[in-house]
Amino acid sequence: MSEPVLTVTNVTKRFGGFLALQNVELHVNAGERLGLIGPNGSGKTTLINCISGALFNDEGSIVFEGHDITRMPAYRRARLGVARSFQIPKPFRSMTVLENLRVPLEYAARSRAEHRSITDEAMDVLKQIGLEQRAHENSAGLTQVDMRKLELARALAAKPRLLVSDEAMAGLSHSEVDEILEILLALNRRGVAVIMIEHIMRAVMRFSERVVVLDAGQKIAEGVPAEIVRNPQVERAYLGE
Amino acid sequence: MKGAAFWISIVAVLVAGLVLTRVVSNEYYFNALYVILQGAIMAVAWNVLGGFTGYVNFGSAGFFAIGAYTSIALGKAFGQSLPLPVMIATAAVVCGLIGLSLGYLTLRLKGVYFSIATLAMAIVFETLMNNWSYVGGARGAYILTPDSHLWFNSYIEMLFMVMLLLTLGSVAISRALNASRLGRGLASIRDDEVAAECAGVPTLRLKLISATIMGAMMGVAGAPYPYFVTFVDPASAFSLFVAVNAIAMPMIGGTAHWIGPVIGALLVGTAQQVITVTVSSELNVLVVGVMLVLFITLAPQGIVGLAQKYLARRRR
Repeated sequence: MSEPVLTVTNVTKRFGGFLALQNVELHVNAGERLGLIGPNGSGKTTLINCISGALFNDEGSIVFEGHDITRMPAYRRARLGVARSFQIPKPFRSMTVLENLRVPLEYAARSRAEHRSITDEAMDVLKQIGLEQRAHENSAGLTQVDMRKLELARALAAKPRLLVSDEAMAGLSHSEVDEILEILLALNRRGVAVIMIEHIMRAVMRFSERVVVLDAGQKIAEGVPAEIVRNPQVERAYLGE
Repeated sequence: MKGAAFWISIVAVLVAGLVLTRVVSNEYYFNALYVILQGAIMAVAWNVLGGFTGYVNFGSAGFFAIGAYTSIALGKAFGQSLPLPVMIATAAVVCGLIGLSLGYLTLRLKGVYFSIATLAMAIVFETLMNNWSYVGGARGAYILTPDSHLWFNSYIEMLFMVMLLLTLGSVAISRALNASRLGRGLASIRDDEVAAECAGVPTLRLKLISATIMGAMMGVAGAPYPYFVTFVDPASAFSLFVAVNAIAMPMIGGTAHWIGPVIGALLVGTAQQVITVTVSSELNVLVVGVMLVLFITLAPQGIVGLAQKYLARRRR
């Protein structure tokens, strides 16, 4: 088995008296596709906030490619190669789609810059995502699906080693889900490990090599997708007793 | 505006200023222009943090007044013969450092806390100046206009040219910043701070740089002020009117683009001067208020925003 890119050990996060995450263990291997599922409020987004640095965990450690990033600010994690997309798209609204990508290209991916113009690099990313037609449009005016694509494009522009996709497909139509899925698969083929958080089971099952299930801040199951759907504990978490 | 066109216009304005000092002899015009230019520097400075970075500063008058008091203190310590550029540079450093430290204390928090802190800072410094007798305390300080005014006909003409140079310098800095990698970083903070951080932008560091530039520029605007008015007391230097103008001018001109505060300052500043002379000096305060309300409700993107909308419609 290959070296893990990300190792989350014993992570606990409290919000006041509420225990959002409790001793969560997680690892992601290089180039792996990991699905992270769980009912609403189970701590999925909190966990990836801790991984990306938007929040700091209270206990436990997070190691990314040999660096202990537990106390590292988010921008330095992005520079190391941890990228994420947001559940509710957060485009830089005053900028065009292309300019949105310039920010991660100039800041996060600076040490991995290729010897060509930032605009060319940004256009390349947009082509991979299928947004090149929208390059010079204002990002605030995009449709929902294009906004989700922009989220992924911006994460991709940071040239990540690990991409965390937070519900990139919620609320999209059947064919749009397939489009996003294709983008994530293509990205993964180029060696980027992906953690996918999703409620759309069809997408999770098709995408993931391994699935981790969270419930009430604890990991309750882990395994290949086919096992997970038959796991009685998972069924209980979703459907109740 | 393209690079060459921009620098040609800068030189053209400078030459026009010089010609003005040769042709016009009525000193009132230079007084009026000085006030307008002072407003322009303040507006450009405010916009670096308020417009580009999205952090609203209510304490502009504080930075301005500290710039003025830096000149007074230096004049007391080393004599009034100390060259004006030295005072301006010192004021830039002092106010830049105040911007940096205020930013360090408050910019970790988001938005509104910073705004409140800037307001508090201005009050704290006003209290300090009221009680610091070395620079005149609450009684204020008189400054003698130096005898030397280079090759200009009068001291006010020289001050006007100094102000014009400083204004053009601030505009050039603001424009360079707007188009740079740093400027894009600041814009990303304004648009969404969490997303910016996750895109690799060191948000705290950039906000501190922005606050430092803002403070330094405001200090620069305040440094020649004692020589302009020849009497400074805390009440006039820390005047709310200075702070309100510094916010109103960029808001009316448009905050996202570097030219916005320049347009706003020229428009509002000129209107104020005209109204002061033709109607009354009390009414000009009202005019700023009414203009600000009108623009915020009808054209929140300011004049630049209106122009951009118009151009976009025509292109279609």
